Amino acid sequence: MFRKLALTALTAVALAGSPALAAGEGGHVENIRFSFDGPFGTFDQNQLQRGLQVYTEVCSACHGLRYVPIRTLSDEDGPGIPPDQVRAYIEQNFIEVWDEDLRDYRAATPEDNFPENTAAGAPDLSMMAKARLGFHGPWGTGLNSLVNGIGGPEYIAALLSGYNGHDEEMAGTFLYGNDVFPGGLISMAPPLWEDGVEYNDGTAATIEQQAEDVAAFLMWAAEPQMMARKRMGFTAVILLILLSTLLYLTNKRLWAPVKRAAKES
Amino acid sequence: MRETLSVSHAEDHPSTRRDFLYYATGGVGAVATGAAVWPLINQMNPSADVQAASTKRVDVADLAPGTQLTVLFLGKPIFIRRRTEEEIAQGRADDGAANIVDGNARNPNIGDNASAADENRTLADFSGENTGEWLVMWGVCTHLGCVPLGDGAGDFGGWFCPCHGSHYDTAGRIRRGPAPENLWVPNAAFVDETTILLG
Amino acid sequence: MSGIPHDHYEPKSNGAKWLHRRLPVVGLIYDTLMIPTPKNLNWMWIWGIVLAFCLVMQIVTGIILVMHYTPHVDLAFASVEHIMRNVNGGWAIRYIHMNGASLFFIAVYLHIFRGLYYGSYKAPREVTWIIGMLIYLMMMGTAFMGYVLPWGQMSFWGATVITGLFGAIPFIGDAIQTWLLGGPAVDNATLNRFLSLHYLLPFVIAGLVVVHIWAFHHTGNNNPTGVEVRRTSRKEADADTLPFWPYFVIKDVFALAVVLVGFFAVVGFMPNFLGHPDNYIEANALATPAHIVPEWYFLPFYAILRAFDSEVWVVIAANWLTGGIVDAKFFGVIAMFGAIAVMAIVPWLDTSSVRSGRYRPMFKWWFALLVVDFMVLMWVGARPAEGIYPYIALIGSAYWFAYFLVILPLLGIFEKPLPQPATIEEDFKEHYGKSGSNGDNAATPAE
Repeated sequence: MFRKLALTALTAVALAGSPALAAGEGGHVENIRFSFDGPFGTFDQNQLQRGLQVYTEVCSACHGLRYVPIRTLSDEDGPGIPPDQVRAYIEQNFIEVWDEDLRDYRAATPEDNFPENTAAGAPDLSMMAKARLGFHGPWGTGLNSLVNGIGGPEYIAALLSGYNGHDEEMAGTFLYGNDVFPGGLISMAPPLWEDGVEYNDGTAATIEQQAEDVAAFLMWAAEPQMMARKRMGFTAVILLILLSTLLYLTNKRLWAPVKRAAKES
Repeated sequence: MRETLSVSHAEDHPSTRRDFLYYATGGVGAVATGAAVWPLINQMNPSADVQAASTKRVDVADLAPGTQLTVLFLGKPIFIRRRTEEEIAQGRADDGAANIVDGNARNPNIGDNASAADENRTLADFSGENTGEWLVMWGVCTHLGCVPLGDGAGDFGGWFCPCHGSHYDTAGRIRRGPAPENLWVPNAAFVDETTILLG
Repeated sequence: MSGIPHDHYEPKSNGAKWLHRRLPVVGLIYDTLMIPTPKNLNWMWIWGIVLAFCLVMQIVTGIILVMHYTPHVDLAFASVEHIMRNVNGGWAIRYIHMNGASLFFIAVYLHIFRGLYYGSYKAPREVTWIIGMLIYLMMMGTAFMGYVLPWGQMSFWGATVITGLFGAIPFIGDAIQTWLLGGPAVDNATLNRFLSLHYLLPFVIAGLVVVHIWAFHHTGNNNPTGVEVRRTSRKEADADTLPFWPYFVIKDVFALAVVLVGFFAVVGFMPNFLGHPDNYIEANALATPAHIVPEWYFLPFYAILRAFDSEVWVVIAANWLTGGIVDAKFFGVIAMFGAIAVMAIVPWLDTSSVRSGRYRPMFKWWFALLVVDFMVLMWVGARPAEGIYPYIALIGSAYWFAYFLVILPLLGIFEKPLPQPATIEEDFKEHYGKSGSNGDNAATPAE
């Protein structure tokens, strides 16, 4: 009886651990097969680099990435851009950060974080891919986040390509119709255009492609240690399964005489 | 039933097989524990941002002869002085003076055994030529770690440590006072015409 | 320590004798490890070890996190990101600490429900039970304050809502809430004291755990039959028990390793599964998240808190009887703490002469319903308080109280228990004497 109860309990714990949608009742978000999905998934470096390009040329006009150190662009598990190219990237894009000692802006170094950007009142994007819940299935349990993630990058991609043209002006503010944003109206103007960026690797820059690329980049920005984390998961799980097996055999051998005595008497 | 019992009896008795199982379990347990303990220790090593700060690029384009720049590197000051012709001449003239207490260049860029000659103290520019113009040193008195005063301070026209009165010459060599060693030179090199890479 | 006859430590070498005369610490460790333990303990008796492991794991990872964390409202959120991005393996330590809290609560709930089913709370083990309930309360306090430290949106608003509960106390509530927060709202003072207490309480828990273990080592373990170990002679005691080391240590460590496989799968592959996305947004006193939901382990009691609104007749009655002092808000708070209090006094509510639920045919069903009720409350606690959900929460809350206050006292009178085995030895022999009675045993002939 109790073994069954324990199982039910664990399942129910999983069932109950279902937080409601973080961003309120937004529109439906479809799963996207990202390369980093699932226990075996890894980031696609080319996609991250394309996403960085979209972020730099489009998003960074209004949004910041204040928790992400620029040097991590060189991470092998991330975009993998060599350090000299990272310095060139800073120079070409005139990235400046506020220096508390100088009380002025100065050119960023790779050791700095990406600058924050609060000019337009736009939210920081550092953890955006972890701060939004795209879906929580099946049946609200969230268990499929093992395979699909929590839908943060899917939410971002869907929002960026979800403009529907039902714009409205409310209280002097122009709001843009969006299928995904909670409430259906968003103050961010449609940011992506067909061929709005020109990819170096020749990928066709459709709106959907740009949206997915920048969503993948933001997933990396939010969880730069994801690859290391999955490696640790595998090492720990395999080592513990081995240890469990050996302990099972040890336990069985240890108890064998006791159980045999019970049987014989 | 009886047969199976006797089989398991037979298996129980040879202690080697049982011992092997116990040792294997203990061994894997020890490996798992070790794997768990290592991150707990490693987390106290310098973090990625601190490691990234172990090199620093300094722009010296605006540094005129006869001026110096003090930058903070690894939590300590670095003096970067662009010496005048007079200072260079003074430093070279003093090579081999009797009151140069420390005969070592204290310059990890050229090795442990270089003599304290003026030219062993200075940094070659981007073309590789050591003009004697660029003197880069830790601004840490070798006596007890105070920051010496610069810009020609002290009796030898170099640096002077106010804490206990150590005098350094124009090449940062200790000439008088309690300090035992010349001011140390950090790992440094020009990486382009106007940028020094520290560390 | 135990009243069960067993071997005691005898120092052999001169050095051991010398130490033993002055400080019998080796004897204490020996007696603790070699304690006679009922040989028929089943797999529900492993959660104690899992819990001890969780406590150590949380203390160790917690001490590490404090080395890198900054308790200031301007810096706390950024310092957590510093841990996640810069500190060597910091992300792993933080994810383990974060999910470790969930493992801790999964284990404690299974441990508690095991005790409720097998009557582990009954005489003479009431003190063990009460200490356990104190530990559980402190765990909740520690977990709640720990959740505030990352200073995300859910941290901030969770702290605001939960400290608001104390504001519901009549007359002195506002003063208590202000005292708890160190100001009119959750702010820097709150964050700092929560860190201090979050660091302190686990050590208090560790002390209580020692007392908890001391208490049940004195009375002896309960076991699935609820039949006591025979203490009349050494021979009989030996027939009922086995020493804790190595028999139960190896068994428990095996179970722990299996549990940890699941734990590290979650940490490695879905570390944010049990967390809340809003906590990756820095705390903002100007914007409340759309749904404030506590961590899963608080949900059953959160559901009870919300169940009693001003339209429920008991609330109206209480309000009228107290002349308006007990309003719906205060009633909810009383109900929430009451739900834990009735669990704590269950040794005096259960009137049955039989200890183990195994021999109580009616009790089994009511207990199963209680487990289902707990799950339903947990589920409904995460739903918004609208539509049908408040009714479900109300029915669930009513059953929770009814189980402890009505059903358990009455069952002892009306229920006809099944025959119990005379001894643990008999139960053990019956279990292993017949082949194929459980999975473990079925495998034996193939050995």
